[in-house]
Amino acid sequence: MVPAVHLRSAIALTGRFPALAGADLVVERGEVVVVEGPNGAGKTTLLRLCAGLMAPGGGKASVLGFDLFKDRGEVRRRVGMLGHASFLYDDMSVTENMRFFARAARLPAGEVEAAGERLGLVGRVGRTMVGRLSAGQRRRVALAVLVARRPELWLLDEPHASLDAATRQLLGILVSEAARAGAAVLIASHEPEASLPLADRLVGMSGGRVVSERLLSAHHDDGAVSAHHDDGAVSVA
Amino acid sequence: MPTMTTEPSVWRDAWVVSAKDLRIEMRSRVVMNQVLPFGLLVLVLFALALGPGRQTLIGAAPGLFWVAVLFSSVLAVQRSFSLESSDGARDGLRLAGLDPAGVFLGKAGAVAAQLGALEVVLGAGVVVLYGADVRSLLGLVAACLVATVGLAAAGTIYGALAAGLRVRETLLPFLLLPVVAPVLLAGTRAWQAALGSPPGAAGGASTGGGDPWMGVLVVFALVYVSLGVLLYGYLEEAA
Repeated sequence: MVPAVHLRSAIALTGRFPALAGADLVVERGEVVVVEGPNGAGKTTLLRLCAGLMAPGGGKASVLGFDLFKDRGEVRRRVGMLGHASFLYDDMSVTENMRFFARAARLPAGEVEAAGERLGLVGRVGRTMVGRLSAGQRRRVALAVLVARRPELWLLDEPHASLDAATRQLLGILVSEAARAGAAVLIASHEPEASLPLADRLVGMSGGRVVSERLLSAHHDDGAVSAHHDDGAVSVA
Repeated sequence: MPTMTTEPSVWRDAWVVSAKDLRIEMRSRVVMNQVLPFGLLVLVLFALALGPGRQTLIGAAPGLFWVAVLFSSVLAVQRSFSLESSDGARDGLRLAGLDPAGVFLGKAGAVAAQLGALEVVLGAGVVVLYGADVRSLLGLVAACLVATVGLAAAGTIYGALAAGLRVRETLLPFLLLPVVAPVLLAGTRAWQAALGSPPGAAGGASTGGGDPWMGVLVVFALVYVSLGVLLYGYLEEAA
């Protein structure tokens, strides 16, 4: 089976600036990888590239077997992203937003309701306009949309930000369930402590490159190991 | 773990996007409460500028109607794309798995529906404020329908083009108004024929009947709808 993410010397430009400057990364299906690094390291750009929201500027890049140079539309249909923005419409209620994204993704009707119930977005909250929600509540709605879509690759950018303790715990359960079901999960964080209990691997980024990789002892016995593929990409799965 | 249950359908996606945009307009009423009064204000200001002479106003009515529609259409298109600029909604729409041609048709359809409602009120405004006589209601409606399709399609293309730019609010009128000049010209001529306005009253040229100008509107609409269906995906990627 092809890896969920396969980047080799991948470059991504924001304007003329190479936010990714030759990143190498392989993420296998069913694997949870946490990407850490300081602000400006390229974590969000890495996630946006993997989501098909931006075109690679060089190197080789494929997600779920689709070439990011040619097939970004196919990638976007199969991934789910929880970003800094919630991607929601302020002038629609929580339920209307969830139904819109469910219809757009051609999900069965019950799928989004079940996700909403799981995230506690029913009753009065469901009828509330998204524009009136707190940052944490917006994030819960975005998470419900992501869960309902059951993507093959989860891309989570600082997923614990603004979430209360209960929702953080639920997020951990959802990520574990998704990985067990075969989805790959890529989590970007500059404070990875909250995500580490979920992770199989910790990847460090700096200056737009992957600079370190470490298997996590909770999941593996061999500690810090990196394997280099013949094509130069790095994997430990 | 499939995320889709069926193959993409352009018309279905268009309906989903159009219903979303119209639902938001029903809630926020930005077009009805801000764009429509703006259009009416344009009609009133032109009437003040031209003076009380009835013949002058009747002669100028078709042109002034379409100028008001064009200015209003810029605002309606800006509003349509501002919906997608808040809290990353544009990225959310791209990630939603919709066919780009469906997104184009949906957004253009919603803009057309709002412009259609505006045109009804602005048309009534022309009759009331300028005292214009309607000789062919069918001609007026036909010109409006076809021109609205063209305006909405062209506006959606240029709205998408400007959407990713920081200067989108000022760039859109600069890009769009020259492009839709044929609608102004042909719509004015078609309305002159339908209103029976005196030849040359609104722009110095003879009307020469409305039919050839209806043809211009039809070609304009066909060209921009086709361009949008074919190119919207590329515009989304490039913006």
